[in-house]
Amino acid sequence: MPTETAATGAAALEDVQRVPGVAKPDPILVADHVSRRFGGLKAVDVEHLEIQRGTITALIGPNGAGKTTFFNLLTGFDTPNTGSWEFHADDGSATILTGMSPHAVARTGLVRTFQLTKSLTRMSVVENMRLGAPANPGESMLRALLPGTWRGYEKQIQGRVDELLVQFKLDHMRDEYAGTLSGGQRKLLEMARSLMVDPDLVCLDEPMAGVNPALTQSLLRHVVDLRDRGMTVVFVEHDMDVVREIADWVVVLAEGRVISEGPPDHIGNDPAVVEAYLGGKAAGARREVDTTGPSAARQTATDDRLRGGSPRAAPDAGPADVAPPGPTGTTDATGADGAGTHEEDDQ
Amino acid sequence: METVLDIMTEALRAGVGVNGAVFALAAIGLNVQFGYTGLLQFGHVAFLLLGSYAVALTMGFFVGASGLVAIAGLLLSAVIAILLACVMALIMGGPTLKLRTDYLAIVTIAIAEILRLLTRSSLLEPLTNGVRGIQQFTDEFYALDPFEMAVSFFGRSLFTPRATWIILIGWVLVLLSSLVVWRLMSSPWGRVLKSIREDEDAARALGKNVFAYKLQALALGGGIAALAGVIRALDQSNVNPDGFLPIFTFVTYAGLIIGGAGTILGPILGPVIYWSLLQGFDAVLREGLDAGWIPETLLSSSDLSAIRFVLTGLILVLVMVFRPQGVFGNREEMVLDAN
Repeated sequence: MPTETAATGAAALEDVQRVPGVAKPDPILVADHVSRRFGGLKAVDVEHLEIQRGTITALIGPNGAGKTTFFNLLTGFDTPNTGSWEFHADDGSATILTGMSPHAVARTGLVRTFQLTKSLTRMSVVENMRLGAPANPGESMLRALLPGTWRGYEKQIQGRVDELLVQFKLDHMRDEYAGTLSGGQRKLLEMARSLMVDPDLVCLDEPMAGVNPALTQSLLRHVVDLRDRGMTVVFVEHDMDVVREIADWVVVLAEGRVISEGPPDHIGNDPAVVEAYLGGKAAGARREVDTTGPSAARQTATDDRLRGGSPRAAPDAGPADVAPPGPTGTTDATGADGAGTHEEDDQ
Repeated sequence: METVLDIMTEALRAGVGVNGAVFALAAIGLNVQFGYTGLLQFGHVAFLLLGSYAVALTMGFFVGASGLVAIAGLLLSAVIAILLACVMALIMGGPTLKLRTDYLAIVTIAIAEILRLLTRSSLLEPLTNGVRGIQQFTDEFYALDPFEMAVSFFGRSLFTPRATWIILIGWVLVLLSSLVVWRLMSSPWGRVLKSIREDEDAARALGKNVFAYKLQALALGGGIAALAGVIRALDQSNVNPDGFLPIFTFVTYAGLIIGGAGTILGPILGPVIYWSLLQGFDAVLREGLDAGWIPETLLSSSDLSAIRFVLTGLILVLVMVFRPQGVFGNREEMVLDAN
């Protein structure tokens, strides 16, 4: 459902200035003064951020930059210390999401996925999909007793379920338990399931993490496809190749702040970004962000620890951080597991 | 052969008798909460306490009633029992369902104990009659008993006419509540409960009000457990606070897990298996001692009731090792759960 402004994707943002917190022509989400403290550490401290409708926006940043925490705040899974944000749905309605519970946020049309995939393992693939359908009359306890009141709706959503399963190449697994799917298929299922909600804005937390390169390509096509169908996508990613390939706009977070935003080409050459990624020692070297390999990532994690941070100091230092898919290899794939799962458990 | 039949009679009486029905009802309620929604709550006996006191107190207003009036009194008792259980679910769930699973377990066991101690206290004595409890509220129920003959099993008396009546009502309630649970669990509502069991954040991210669903599951399970309390009170013709110790909750869990949590048949047959085993071992050991197969030096008759628990426990361990999903559980689901 493209809105009144004809320009979607990167074209809509051509004239926008490349400065942090810049206003966008048609924002779907506007956040102001959002901050979240964990003890002495300010994990998120975003002054102002707007997300352009109909684009793919990538949220990048080194470990502990606050990307996942920011996602959690936006979607109601965490409570900020300060701040407010407003969601402008495609139908023109605006909702202040501050303080809303996660399910209420999802019902406004803002749906998220998780870094650690949440497939409902002891439910079949098709049941996973049906669960995503919004406002199902059979989900009321009393009406559930009377199948006549919800059978029709279930039939009605079945078409959409089958269509999405075919699109995400999961139709052959239809009646299998979701727990039997491979890691990559679970990512696909989670994405397909969130589309059942019929969202305007999809927030993908590291959709490519732990997925093999071949499947990454297919996942990327799905993400681009979401935008081409009129949805807005925000995703967290580490691999700059991926970001360059599909993102229309990139927002860089470091130590909770937005330090840079702009199209992918702009970001790779921004000295502030290079410094944030490589730290003081390497700041002199003009290296591109995508050279950030496992060793650099580990370096950042070590620095965090040296600064006396608790495990929370690096909230999204999951296995994915140290092992981005692709040529950088899978060294230390389990190294920072503790930190990653710790944060999830605290929700 | 005669001995074997004696033992079978004992086992059958315990499993299919009123104890089996009471624990089956309690387990069906627990299954909604634990098996389908994943709520680990250890205060289940509180719902039975409310059900038992509901019937004892309500029937106090129907002394001497007969026919339709007595039936109305009993139905009213059941409705009050269910309503009290729903209120209890709100009190129990309101502050605790936002807690993590393990905290929920601790808080609910405390709530059940608080409720028991309250019914015992001098504060509520005018209502509950304190530790003396309430008696003589079942005459109206048994006046309705249509059975005149005892039920026998190969010439052995199995159930008295009085027992047959309460057992019948008990198992009818088991059947009805199982039908309701089956209907609900195969609906979209049940699908949401299962998704909460699997991962409540995923359900939230899809726009499901997890807290409201958990409350509903707690209330539904509690209502069914309150009916178990009604049956137990009618059977014993006596309610007394110290009949509602935490051990009841744990035995209900044992029955549910043997049968298979998250299944329809599991909570019905699990408790039957548990009680049959327990009384079966009791009968075997007693027969063995009487006939001299088990030497007195090895086992004295005073230790018998302890040993039957040891043997039943051993069987439970074996079931968990070789069939962790329970008798009626799905092996594949269990394997996935371990991942």
